[in-house]
Amino acid sequence: MVTLIESEAPVATRYLAQLHQHAGKAHIIGITGSPGAGKSTLVSRLVRELRKREKKVAVVAVDPTSPFSGGAILGDRIRMLELSGDPNVFIRSMASRGSLGGLSASTRDVVRAMDAAGYDPIIIETVGTGQAEVEVMRTAQSVVVVVAPGMGDDIQAIKAGILEIADIFAVSKMDKPGAQQTVAELAMLLSLDPNRKKSSWRIPIVKTSALKESGLDELADRLQEHRTFLHESGMMETREQRQVQSELRALILQAVSHALTEAVSEDEWSSLIDKIIRRERDPYSVARELEARIGLQQS
Amino acid sequence: MGERPIRVLVAKPGLDGHDRGAKVIARALRDAGMEVIYTGIRQTPEMIVEAAIQEDVDAILMSILSGAHMALFPRVMELLRENGVDDVLVAAGGILPDEDIPAIKEMGIKGCFGPGTSTETIIQFVKENVQPERLATEV
Repeated sequence: MVTLIESEAPVATRYLAQLHQHAGKAHIIGITGSPGAGKSTLVSRLVRELRKREKKVAVVAVDPTSPFSGGAILGDRIRMLELSGDPNVFIRSMASRGSLGGLSASTRDVVRAMDAAGYDPIIIETVGTGQAEVEVMRTAQSVVVVVAPGMGDDIQAIKAGILEIADIFAVSKMDKPGAQQTVAELAMLLSLDPNRKKSSWRIPIVKTSALKESGLDELADRLQEHRTFLHESGMMETREQRQVQSELRALILQAVSHALTEAVSEDEWSSLIDKIIRRERDPYSVARELEARIGLQQS
Repeated sequence: MGERPIRVLVAKPGLDGHDRGAKVIARALRDAGMEVIYTGIRQTPEMIVEAAIQEDVDAILMSILSGAHMALFPRVMELLRENGVDDVLVAAGGILPDEDIPAIKEMGIKGCFGPGTSTETIIQFVKENVQPERLATEV
């Protein structure tokens, strides 16, 4: 089933349409952060903590697809070995298959299937690119950004995109020197945020150490609190609206892209591209022509 | 139209830690456009079969150099059968003595690849032996 969804098979859409009725119960948690920040390890330990609380947990771990060969090595399971043998934990690795933004195009659908299957919570671990993983915001309800100590410049990079998407910060590797400083820097960045006073959710910084197995209970508590907060404040609705909107857009854009592939052969593509490069045609009129061919109105 | 990438599980059952071969294979398969789930060393047959089911792989490649293949491979095959997995290609590599190979193939392990096998051979083998029905995205 998940394989069909991931392949974006036409038949999967029919199933998904039915699954939609049964989904919507799970808490969907996104975990993101730079490569090597400790996402997989943190996920593994968090799942163990959630299992202590009798939750049935699903993990979707996304790793990058090579843009050259289209292949991928999915290695997140290596760090989740301690979870094997537990029938209430389902781990699925996905390759990003050319999609940017830290998730694959079908991650949302896979999450929907797991939601309908009764897993709650569902944890999505993104590709670690350290920037622009805003895509996870369009799928998850609570976003945890993992920050490792000793990456001073990382804080700089975080200032832009990631700071805005975090609902919770988890500083990993608290057993390492410099970790306290990372916490202090993060706290300072958060205090600079002008929206902080307006929002009633104060982004917590959770200190975790997978080595010392500390902070995981706190992280699980904060996630629970965040979920409660979303429901009580009405934010859950706002987020859902935003998510449905982005999903609809994505589905339509996908259809357009398919229509384009159907309507224009590879040969025609290359001949058009050639003409544009030789300045015989311009990209704007060619785009117009193709838009009209797939039924888009000319404006 | 309508083919997805082949998904392969590369696993090292048993206690030896010599994973260079497995990593070379994983890398080569990736470069051939496959999605490789690599689970690392010291896997029990239970872990391998669980991963294969959750990841819904098309092929399982096991590498073993410790000599425990005659104990571990039958268990993997047995667990696969118990779980109703009958359409996944299974192959093995590592140090497999010639006299054991007929017995290994008897278990349902389709390919045995010893040291010196080119990665090209293995890529070709996987491509040719994965059940084509598994890869179709249209039913």
